[in-house]
Amino acid sequence: MRGACAALLARDLRLAVRVGGGALIGVLFFLAVVTVTPLALGPDLALLRRIAPAILWLAALLAGLLTLDRLLAADYEDGSLDLMLMARTPLELVLLVKAAAHWLATGLPLVVAAPLFGLLLDIEPAAAAAVTLTLAVGTPALTLIGLVGAGVAVPLRRGGLLLPILVLPLAIPVLVFGVSAANAAVVGPVPFGVPFAILCALTLASLAVGPLAAAAALRHGME
Amino acid sequence: MSADGARGVCGPAALRAKGYDNMTYPMALIDLANPSRFLGLAERALPWLAGATALVFAVGLYLVWFVAPDDYQQGATVKIMFVHVPAAWLGMFAWALMSVAALGTLVWRHPLADVAARAAAPIGASFTFLCLVTGALWGRPMWGAYWVWDARLTSMLVLLLMYFGILALWHAFDDPARAGRLVAVLTLVGAINLPIIKFSVDWWNTLHQPASVFRLGGPTIAPSLLWPLIAMALAFTLLFATVQIAAMRNEILRRRVRSLRIRAAQAAQEA
Repeated sequence: MRGACAALLARDLRLAVRVGGGALIGVLFFLAVVTVTPLALGPDLALLRRIAPAILWLAALLAGLLTLDRLLAADYEDGSLDLMLMARTPLELVLLVKAAAHWLATGLPLVVAAPLFGLLLDIEPAAAAAVTLTLAVGTPALTLIGLVGAGVAVPLRRGGLLLPILVLPLAIPVLVFGVSAANAAVVGPVPFGVPFAILCALTLASLAVGPLAAAAALRHGME
Repeated sequence: MSADGARGVCGPAALRAKGYDNMTYPMALIDLANPSRFLGLAERALPWLAGATALVFAVGLYLVWFVAPDDYQQGATVKIMFVHVPAAWLGMFAWALMSVAALGTLVWRHPLADVAARAAAPIGASFTFLCLVTGALWGRPMWGAYWVWDARLTSMLVLLLMYFGILALWHAFDDPARAGRLVAVLTLVGAINLPIIKFSVDWWNTLHQPASVFRLGGPTIAPSLLWPLIAMALAFTLLFATVQIAAMRNEILRRRVRSLRIRAAQAAQEA
Protein backbone atom coordinates (compact mmCIF):
# COMPACT_ATOMS: atom_id res chain seq x y z
CA MET A 1 0.00 0.00 0.00
CA ARG A 2 2.87 2.31 0.82
CA GLY A 3 4.38 1.55 -2.57
CA ALA A 4 1.14 2.38 -4.34
CA CYS A 5 0.88 5.70 -2.54
CA ALA A 6 4.48 6.63 -3.29
CA ALA A 7 3.98 5.73 -6.95
CA LEU A 8 0.82 7.84 -7.11
CA LEU A 9 2.56 10.79 -5.47
CA ALA A 10 5.47 10.57 -7.91
CA ARG A 11 3.10 10.23 -10.88
CA ASP A 12 0.96 13.21 -9.89
CA LEU A 13 3.99 15.39 -9.23
CA ARG A 14 5.55 14.44 -12.57
CA LEU A 15 2.29 15.18 -14.38
CA ALA A 16 1.92 18.51 -12.59
CA VAL A 17 5.43 19.58 -13.54
CA ARG A 18 5.37 18.36 -17.13
CA VAL A 19 1.84 19.05 -18.35
CA GLY A 20 1.52 22.55 -19.74
CA GLY A 21 3.35 24.34 -16.94
CA GLY A 22 0.48 23.38 -14.62
CA ALA A 23 2.41 24.08 -11.44
CA LEU A 24 3.41 27.58 -12.45
CA ILE A 25 0.00 28.75 -13.67
CA GLY A 26 -1.10 29.29 -10.08
CA VAL A 27 1.97 31.38 -9.28
CA LEU A 28 1.50 33.46 -12.44
CA PHE A 29 -2.12 34.11 -11.50
CA PHE A 30 -0.97 35.01 -7.98
CA LEU A 31 1.43 37.56 -9.48
CA ALA A 32 -1.27 38.90 -11.79
CA VAL A 33 -3.68 39.53 -8.91
CA VAL A 34 -0.94 41.19 -6.83
CA THR A 35 -0.14 43.39 -9.84
CA VAL A 36 -3.73 44.36 -10.54
CA THR A 37 -4.63 45.29 -6.96
CA PRO A 38 -2.45 48.45 -6.71
CA LEU A 39 -3.77 49.48 -10.12
CA ALA A 40 -7.27 49.41 -8.65
CA LEU A 41 -6.37 50.93 -5.26
CA GLY A 42 -3.76 53.48 -6.34
CA PRO A 43 0.02 53.50 -5.79
CA ASP A 44 -0.16 54.72 -2.17
CA LEU A 45 2.60 52.63 -0.55
CA ALA A 46 1.46 53.34 3.01
CA LEU A 47 -1.98 51.92 2.24
CA LEU A 48 -0.54 48.96 0.34
CA ARG A 49 1.88 48.16 3.15
CA ARG A 50 -0.99 48.15 5.63
CA ILE A 51 -3.19 45.79 3.60
CA ALA A 52 -0.39 43.69 2.05
CA PRO A 53 -1.15 40.57 4.16
CA ALA A 54 -4.80 40.73 3.12
CA ILE A 55 -3.93 41.16 -0.57
CA LEU A 56 -1.46 38.27 -0.50
CA TRP A 57 -3.94 35.98 1.23
CA LEU A 58 -6.74 36.90 -1.13
CA ALA A 59 -4.52 36.40 -4.19
CA ALA A 60 -3.34 33.02 -2.87
CA LEU A 61 -6.95 31.96 -2.23
CA LEU A 62 -7.97 32.89 -5.77
CA ALA A 63 -4.91 31.20 -7.27
CA GLY A 64 -5.72 28.08 -5.26
CA LEU A 65 -9.27 28.07 -6.64
CA LEU A 66 -8.00 28.49 -10.18
CA THR A 67 -5.92 25.32 -10.12
CA LEU A 68 -8.48 23.26 -8.18
CA ASP A 69 -10.16 22.08 -11.35
CA ARG A 70 -7.06 20.04 -12.26
CA LEU A 71 -7.10 18.13 -8.98
CA LEU A 72 -9.38 15.35 -10.26
CA ALA A 73 -10.68 16.42 -13.69
CA ALA A 74 -7.77 15.11 -15.76
CA ASP A 75 -7.90 11.70 -14.07
CA TYR A 76 -11.66 11.63 -14.58
CA GLU A 77 -11.33 12.38 -18.28
CA ASP A 78 -8.76 9.69 -19.07
CA GLY A 79 -10.36 7.06 -16.82
CA SER A 80 -7.58 6.80 -14.21
CA LEU A 81 -10.06 7.80 -11.55
CA ASP A 82 -12.19 4.74 -12.30
CA LEU A 83 -9.14 2.55 -11.74
CA MET A 84 -8.45 4.30 -8.45
CA LEU A 85 -12.04 3.72 -7.38
CA MET A 86 -11.70 0.00 -8.05
CA ALA A 87 -8.22 -0.37 -6.58
CA ARG A 88 -7.50 -2.08 -3.28
CA THR A 89 -5.91 1.03 -1.79
CA PRO A 90 -8.65 2.85 0.16
CA LEU A 91 -10.07 5.73 -1.88
CA GLU A 92 -9.69 8.12 1.08
CA LEU A 93 -5.96 7.43 1.16
CA VAL A 94 -5.66 7.81 -2.62
CA LEU A 95 -7.40 11.19 -2.44
CA LEU A 96 -5.20 12.28 0.46
CA VAL A 97 -2.11 11.45 -1.59
CA LYS A 98 -3.52 13.27 -4.60
CA ALA A 99 -4.27 16.31 -2.44
CA ALA A 100 -0.72 16.21 -1.05
CA ALA A 101 0.73 16.07 -4.58
CA HIS A 102 -1.55 18.91 -5.67
CA TRP A 103 -0.47 21.03 -2.72
CA LEU A 104 3.22 20.34 -3.37
CA ALA A 105 2.77 21.29 -7.02
CA THR A 106 0.50 24.35 -6.65
CA GLY A 107 0.26 25.36 -2.98
CA LEU A 108 3.91 25.26 -1.99
CA PRO A 109 5.00 27.55 -4.88
CA LEU A 110 2.47 30.11 -3.66
CA VAL A 111 3.95 29.96 -0.16
CA VAL A 112 7.45 30.42 -1.54
CA ALA A 113 6.40 33.26 -3.85
CA ALA A 114 4.42 35.16 -1.20
CA PRO A 115 7.32 37.02 0.50
CA LEU A 116 8.80 37.80 -2.92
CA PHE A 117 5.56 39.30 -4.24
CA GLY A 118 5.15 41.04 -0.90
CA LEU A 119 8.09 43.24 -1.89
CA LEU A 120 5.89 44.72 -4.62
CA LEU A 121 3.54 45.85 -1.86
CA ASP A 122 6.38 47.20 0.32
CA ILE A 123 5.53 44.64 3.01
CA GLU A 124 7.33 44.79 6.36
CA PRO A 125 9.73 41.90 7.04
CA ALA A 126 7.77 40.70 10.08
CA ALA A 127 4.54 40.74 8.09
CA ALA A 128 6.20 38.88 5.21
CA ALA A 129 7.34 36.17 7.60
CA ALA A 130 3.89 35.97 9.17
CA VAL A 131 2.14 35.74 5.79
CA THR A 132 4.51 33.01 4.63
CA LEU A 133 4.00 31.03 7.81
CA THR A 134 0.21 31.37 7.78
CA LEU A 135 0.05 30.49 4.08
CA ALA A 136 2.21 27.43 4.71
CA VAL A 137 -0.27 26.27 7.34
CA GLY A 138 -3.43 27.52 5.63
CA THR A 139 -3.03 26.52 1.97
CA PRO A 140 -3.22 22.75 2.76
CA ALA A 141 -6.64 23.46 4.29
CA LEU A 142 -7.68 25.24 1.09
CA THR A 143 -6.55 22.24 -0.99
CA LEU A 144 -8.38 19.78 1.27
CA ILE A 145 -11.60 21.83 1.28
CA GLY A 146 -11.26 22.17 -2.46
CA LEU A 147 -10.87 18.38 -2.70
CA VAL A 148 -14.48 18.00 -1.50
CA GLY A 149 -15.71 20.48 -4.10
CA ALA A 150 -13.68 18.76 -6.81
CA GLY A 151 -15.10 15.38 -5.80
CA VAL A 152 -18.64 16.71 -6.01
CA ALA A 153 -18.19 18.59 -9.29
CA VAL A 154 -16.00 16.12 -11.19
CA PRO A 155 -18.79 14.27 -13.06
CA LEU A 156 -20.06 17.56 -14.44
CA ARG A 157 -19.06 18.62 -17.91
CA ARG A 158 -18.50 22.19 -16.79
CA GLY A 159 -17.81 21.49 -13.14
CA GLY A 160 -14.81 23.80 -13.24
CA LEU A 161 -17.12 26.79 -13.45
CA LEU A 162 -19.20 25.66 -10.50
CA LEU A 163 -16.27 24.70 -8.30
CA PRO A 164 -15.23 28.17 -6.99
CA ILE A 165 -18.83 28.97 -6.02
CA LEU A 166 -19.09 25.76 -4.03
CA VAL A 167 -15.69 26.05 -2.37
CA LEU A 168 -15.34 29.76 -1.62
CA PRO A 169 -17.95 29.97 1.19
CA LEU A 170 -16.40 26.92 2.86
CA ALA A 171 -12.96 28.55 2.72
CA ILE A 172 -14.05 31.72 4.55
CA PRO A 173 -12.87 30.62 8.03
CA VAL A 174 -9.38 29.83 6.66
CA LEU A 175 -9.19 33.27 5.06
CA VAL A 176 -10.42 35.05 8.19
CA PHE A 177 -7.96 33.38 10.55
CA GLY A 178 -5.10 33.41 8.06
CA VAL A 179 -5.34 37.16 7.53
CA SER A 180 -5.96 37.96 11.19
CA ALA A 181 -2.96 35.86 12.24
CA ALA A 182 -0.76 37.61 9.68
CA ASN A 183 -2.04 41.01 10.82
CA ALA A 184 -1.77 40.10 14.48
CA ALA A 185 1.97 39.51 14.06
CA VAL A 186 2.44 43.16 13.02
CA VAL A 187 -0.30 45.38 14.41
CA GLY A 188 -2.20 43.22 16.89
CA PRO A 189 -4.54 43.65 18.73
CA VAL A 190 -4.62 39.94 19.61
CA PRO A 191 -1.43 37.91 20.08
CA PHE A 192 -0.29 35.99 16.97
CA GLY A 193 -0.71 32.63 18.67
CA VAL A 194 -4.48 32.73 19.08
CA PRO A 195 -5.64 33.04 15.45
CA PHE A 196 -2.66 30.96 14.32
CA ALA A 197 -3.67 28.08 16.60
CA ILE A 198 -7.22 28.26 15.24
CA LEU A 199 -5.83 28.24 11.69
CA CYS A 200 -3.85 25.08 12.52
CA ALA A 201 -7.02 23.55 13.97
CA LEU A 202 -8.91 24.36 10.76
CA THR A 203 -6.22 22.65 8.71
CA LEU A 204 -6.32 19.55 10.91
CA ALA A 205 -10.13 19.45 10.79
CA SER A 206 -10.14 19.69 7.00
CA LEU A 207 -7.49 16.95 6.94
CA ALA A 208 -9.93 14.73 8.83
CA VAL A 209 -13.09 15.64 6.92
CA GLY A 210 -11.85 16.45 3.42
CA PRO A 211 -10.69 13.04 2.09
CA LEU A 212 -13.67 11.24 3.69
CA ALA A 213 -16.25 13.60 2.20
CA ALA A 214 -14.52 13.66 -1.21
CA ALA A 215 -14.38 9.85 -1.29
CA ALA A 216 -18.09 9.66 -0.40
CA ALA A 217 -18.88 12.14 -3.18
CA LEU A 218 -16.85 10.14 -5.72
CA ARG A 219 -18.46 6.84 -4.75
CA HIS A 220 -21.92 8.33 -5.12
CA GLY A 221 -21.22 10.43 -8.16
CA MET A 222 -19.24 8.12 -10.46
CA GLU A 223 -21.37 5.57 -12.23
CA MET B 1 -30.00 5.25 -16.14
CA SER B 2 -33.76 5.52 -16.45
CA ALA B 3 -34.30 2.99 -13.69
CA ASP B 4 -31.99 4.96 -11.48
CA GLY B 5 -33.71 8.18 -12.37
CA ALA B 6 -37.01 6.70 -11.38
CA ARG B 7 -35.67 5.73 -7.97
CA GLY B 8 -37.88 8.25 -6.23
CA VAL B 9 -41.05 7.05 -7.93
CA CYS B 10 -41.03 3.29 -7.39
CA GLY B 11 -44.42 1.79 -6.68
CA PRO B 12 -44.95 -0.66 -3.83
CA ALA B 13 -44.62 -3.62 -6.20
CA ALA B 14 -41.25 -2.40 -7.40
CA LEU B 15 -40.12 -1.87 -3.82
CA ARG B 16 -41.08 -5.45 -2.95
CA ALA B 17 -39.34 -6.68 -6.06
CA LYS B 18 -36.15 -4.97 -4.95
CA GLY B 19 -36.37 -6.72 -1.59
CA TYR B 20 -37.15 -3.63 0.41
CA ASP B 21 -39.66 -5.74 2.34
CA ASN B 22 -36.94 -7.60 4.17
CA MET B 23 -35.35 -4.47 5.55
CA THR B 24 -36.11 -3.54 9.12
CA TYR B 25 -37.31 0.01 8.65
CA PRO B 26 -39.51 1.53 11.31
CA MET B 27 -43.09 1.31 10.14
CA ALA B 28 -43.67 5.04 9.70
CA LEU B 29 -40.54 5.47 7.60
CA ILE B 30 -41.38 2.70 5.15
CA ASP B 31 -44.91 4.05 4.91
CA LEU B 32 -43.60 7.45 3.90
CA ALA B 33 -41.05 5.85 1.58
CA ASN B 34 -43.92 5.01 -0.71
CA PRO B 35 -44.37 8.20 -2.76
CA SER B 36 -47.99 7.42 -3.66
CA ARG B 37 -48.81 7.12 0.00
CA PHE B 38 -46.97 10.35 0.72
CA LEU B 39 -48.93 12.07 -2.05
CA GLY B 40 -52.22 10.93 -0.52
CA LEU B 41 -51.14 12.11 2.91
CA ALA B 42 -49.98 15.45 1.48
CA GLU B 43 -53.31 15.98 -0.28
CA ARG B 44 -55.16 15.46 2.99
CA ALA B 45 -52.76 17.49 5.14
CA LEU B 46 -52.22 20.51 2.89
CA PRO B 47 -55.65 22.21 3.30
CA TRP B 48 -55.39 21.88 7.09
CA LEU B 49 -51.85 23.21 7.12
CA ALA B 50 -52.75 26.11 4.85
CA GLY B 51 -55.76 26.93 7.02
CA ALA B 52 -53.71 26.80 10.21
CA THR B 53 -51.09 29.03 8.57
CA ALA B 54 -53.70 31.63 7.64
CA LEU B 55 -55.25 31.51 11.11
CA VAL B 56 -51.97 31.88 13.02
CA PHE B 57 -50.85 34.63 10.62
CA ALA B 58 -54.09 36.51 11.34
CA VAL B 59 -53.54 36.22 15.09
CA GLY B 60 -49.84 37.08 14.78
CA LEU B 61 -50.41 40.12 12.57
CA TYR B 62 -53.16 41.37 14.90
CA LEU B 63 -50.76 41.09 17.83
CA VAL B 64 -48.01 42.82 15.85
CA TRP B 65 -50.14 45.76 14.72
CA PHE B 66 -52.46 46.37 17.64
CA VAL B 67 -50.87 44.87 20.73
CA ALA B 68 -47.08 45.16 20.39
CA PRO B 69 -45.92 48.65 21.44
CA ASP B 70 -43.46 50.70 19.44
CA ASP B 71 -39.94 50.68 20.80
CA TYR B 72 -39.06 53.86 22.65
CA GLN B 73 -35.89 54.24 20.58
CA GLN B 74 -36.67 52.49 17.30
CA GLY B 75 -40.27 53.61 16.84
CA ALA B 76 -42.46 51.64 14.44
CA THR B 77 -39.46 50.14 12.64
CA VAL B 78 -39.24 47.55 15.41
CA LYS B 79 -42.14 45.81 13.66
CA ILE B 80 -39.72 44.68 10.97
CA MET B 81 -38.33 42.36 13.62
CA PHE B 82 -41.48 40.22 13.47
CA VAL B 83 -40.65 39.26 9.89
CA HIS B 84 -36.87 39.45 10.16
CA VAL B 85 -36.33 37.10 13.10
CA PRO B 86 -38.63 34.24 11.95
CA ALA B 87 -37.11 34.48 8.45
CA ALA B 88 -33.61 34.20 9.88
CA TRP B 89 -34.66 31.27 12.02
CA LEU B 90 -36.25 29.40 9.13
CA GLY B 91 -33.31 30.17 6.84
CA MET B 92 -31.11 28.25 9.27
CA PHE B 93 -33.76 25.62 10.04
CA ALA B 94 -34.04 24.72 6.34
CA TRP B 95 -30.34 23.87 6.23
CA ALA B 96 -30.75 21.71 9.33
CA LEU B 97 -33.66 19.95 7.63
CA MET B 98 -31.56 19.46 4.50
CA SER B 99 -28.77 17.95 6.62
CA VAL B 100 -31.14 15.44 8.21
CA ALA B 101 -32.48 14.65 4.75
CA ALA B 102 -28.89 14.26 3.51
CA LEU B 103 -28.29 11.64 6.18
CA GLY B 104 -31.52 9.99 5.06
CA THR B 105 -30.23 9.94 1.48
CA LEU B 106 -26.71 8.68 2.19
CA VAL B 107 -27.24 6.38 5.16
CA TRP B 108 -30.74 4.96 4.80
CA ARG B 109 -31.25 5.57 1.08
CA HIS B 110 -34.72 6.81 1.92
CA PRO B 111 -36.45 7.52 -1.41
CA LEU B 112 -38.15 10.68 -0.18
CA ALA B 113 -35.12 12.16 1.57
CA ASP B 114 -33.59 13.79 -1.48
CA VAL B 115 -37.04 14.97 -2.55
CA ALA B 116 -37.29 16.72 0.83
CA ALA B 117 -33.80 18.21 0.46
CA ARG B 118 -34.54 19.35 -3.09
CA ALA B 119 -37.75 21.04 -1.95
CA ALA B 120 -36.20 22.67 1.11
CA ALA B 121 -33.25 24.32 -0.68
CA PRO B 122 -35.11 27.08 -2.59
CA ILE B 123 -37.43 27.69 0.36
CA GLY B 124 -34.48 28.08 2.72
CA ALA B 125 -32.77 30.38 0.24
CA SER B 126 -35.95 32.49 0.01
CA PHE B 127 -36.22 32.88 3.78
CA THR B 128 -32.52 33.74 4.03
CA PHE B 129 -33.00 36.33 1.31
CA LEU B 130 -36.07 37.71 3.10
CA CYS B 131 -34.01 37.96 6.27
CA LEU B 132 -31.29 39.93 4.47
CA VAL B 133 -33.75 42.28 2.76
CA THR B 134 -35.67 43.03 5.96
CA GLY B 135 -32.35 43.40 7.76
CA ALA B 136 -31.23 45.96 5.18
CA LEU B 137 -34.54 47.86 5.42
CA TRP B 138 -34.30 47.83 9.20
CA GLY B 139 -30.66 48.88 9.06
CA ARG B 140 -31.32 51.99 6.99
CA PRO B 141 -33.15 53.94 9.76
CA MET B 142 -31.16 52.29 12.57
CA TRP B 143 -27.60 52.42 11.30
CA GLY B 144 -28.00 54.98 8.52
CA ALA B 145 -26.93 52.46 5.87
CA TYR B 146 -28.62 49.60 4.11
CA TRP B 147 -25.75 47.31 4.80
CA VAL B 148 -23.23 47.19 7.58
CA TRP B 149 -20.87 44.28 8.04
CA ASP B 150 -22.57 43.15 11.18
CA ALA B 151 -21.57 39.62 12.18
CA ARG B 152 -25.08 38.20 11.94
CA LEU B 153 -25.86 39.81 8.59
CA THR B 154 -22.55 38.57 7.22
CA SER B 155 -23.19 35.01 8.39
CA MET B 156 -26.60 35.07 6.74
CA LEU B 157 -25.03 36.38 3.52
CA VAL B 158 -22.59 33.46 3.52
CA LEU B 159 -25.50 31.10 4.17
CA LEU B 160 -27.28 32.57 1.15
CA LEU B 161 -24.14 31.99 -0.96
CA MET B 162 -24.08 28.37 0.15
CA TYR B 163 -27.76 27.95 -0.73
CA PHE B 164 -27.02 29.32 -4.19
CA GLY B 165 -24.13 26.87 -4.57
CA ILE B 166 -26.42 23.96 -3.62
CA LEU B 167 -29.11 25.15 -6.03
CA ALA B 168 -26.56 25.53 -8.83
CA LEU B 169 -25.35 21.98 -8.17
CA TRP B 170 -28.92 20.63 -8.29
CA HIS B 171 -29.43 22.27 -11.64
CA ALA B 172 -26.13 21.06 -13.07
CA PHE B 173 -27.11 17.38 -13.07
CA ASP B 174 -29.58 15.67 -15.39
CA ASP B 175 -30.30 12.74 -13.10
CA PRO B 176 -32.07 13.82 -9.89
CA ALA B 177 -31.12 10.72 -7.87
CA ARG B 178 -27.40 11.13 -8.55
CA ALA B 179 -27.60 14.88 -7.95
CA GLY B 180 -29.37 14.14 -4.68
CA ARG B 181 -26.51 12.00 -3.35
CA LEU B 182 -23.80 14.49 -4.34
CA VAL B 183 -25.74 17.44 -2.96
CA ALA B 184 -26.20 15.44 0.25
CA VAL B 185 -22.41 15.16 0.69
CA LEU B 186 -21.99 18.90 0.15
CA THR B 187 -24.91 19.70 2.48
CA LEU B 188 -23.32 17.72 5.29
CA VAL B 189 -19.91 19.36 4.75
CA GLY B 190 -21.74 22.68 4.82
CA ALA B 191 -23.50 21.73 8.04
CA ILE B 192 -20.13 21.00 9.67
CA ASN B 193 -18.74 24.25 8.30
CA LEU B 194 -21.62 26.61 9.12
CA PRO B 195 -20.90 26.87 12.88
CA ILE B 196 -17.20 27.41 12.07
CA ILE B 197 -18.12 30.17 9.60
CA LYS B 198 -20.37 31.73 12.23
CA PHE B 199 -17.55 31.61 14.75
CA SER B 200 -14.97 33.04 12.33
CA VAL B 201 -17.29 35.87 11.24
CA ASP B 202 -17.96 36.76 14.89
CA TRP B 203 -14.21 36.79 15.50
CA TRP B 204 -13.57 38.91 12.41
CA ASN B 205 -16.33 41.32 13.35
CA THR B 206 -15.12 41.91 16.89
CA LEU B 207 -11.63 42.56 15.55
CA HIS B 208 -12.81 45.24 13.18
CA GLN B 209 -15.51 47.03 15.10
CA PRO B 210 -16.53 47.25 18.75
CA ALA B 211 -19.08 44.71 19.87
CA SER B 212 -22.67 45.49 20.83
CA VAL B 213 -23.30 47.72 17.84
CA PHE B 214 -26.64 46.09 17.54
CA ARG B 215 -28.60 44.11 20.03
CA LEU B 216 -32.15 42.96 19.67
CA GLY B 217 -33.97 45.67 21.65
CA GLY B 218 -31.46 45.43 24.49
CA PRO B 219 -30.19 42.41 26.37
CA THR B 220 -33.65 41.02 27.11
CA ILE B 221 -36.79 41.31 25.09
CA ALA B 222 -39.94 42.67 26.71
CA PRO B 223 -42.87 40.24 27.11
CA SER B 224 -45.11 42.62 25.16
CA LEU B 225 -42.83 42.04 22.14
CA LEU B 226 -42.11 38.40 22.90
CA TRP B 227 -45.64 37.02 22.47
CA PRO B 228 -46.25 38.58 19.05
CA LEU B 229 -42.80 37.31 18.04
CA ILE B 230 -43.65 33.76 19.12
CA ALA B 231 -46.94 33.94 17.23
CA MET B 232 -45.22 35.17 14.09
CA ALA B 233 -42.50 32.52 14.40
CA LEU B 234 -45.19 29.85 14.63
CA ALA B 235 -47.02 31.34 11.65
CA PHE B 236 -43.85 31.39 9.54
CA THR B 237 -43.01 27.83 10.58
CA LEU B 238 -46.47 26.66 9.50
CA LEU B 239 -45.99 28.52 6.22
CA PHE B 240 -42.68 26.73 5.79
CA ALA B 241 -44.29 23.34 6.45
CA THR B 242 -47.09 24.05 3.97
CA VAL B 243 -44.77 25.20 1.22
CA GLN B 244 -42.32 22.36 1.94
CA ILE B 245 -44.97 19.65 1.60
CA ALA B 246 -46.44 21.26 -1.51
CA ALA B 247 -42.97 21.51 -3.04
CA MET B 248 -42.23 17.86 -2.21
CA ARG B 249 -45.49 16.85 -3.92
CA ASN B 250 -44.51 18.90 -6.98
CA GLU B 251 -41.03 17.36 -7.02
CA ILE B 252 -42.43 13.80 -6.91
CA LEU B 253 -44.81 14.60 -9.76
CA ARG B 254 -42.00 16.28 -11.70
CA ARG B 255 -39.88 13.14 -11.38
CA ARG B 256 -42.78 10.98 -12.50
CA VAL B 257 -43.22 13.14 -15.56
CA ARG B 258 -39.49 12.90 -16.19
CA SER B 259 -39.38 9.10 -16.02
CA LEU B 260 -42.50 8.84 -18.18
CA ARG B 261 -40.81 11.03 -20.77
CA ILE B 262 -37.65 8.91 -20.67
CA ARG B 263 -39.73 5.76 -21.06
CA ALA B 264 -41.63 7.31 -23.98
CA ALA B 265 -38.38 8.36 -25.63
CA GLN B 266 -36.94 4.86 -25.21
CA ALA B 267 -40.09 3.29 -26.64
CA ALA B 268 -39.93 5.64 -29.61
CA GLN B 269 -36.28 4.74 -30.13
CA GLU B 270 -36.99 1.02 -30.12
CA ALA B 271 -39.95 1.35 -32.47
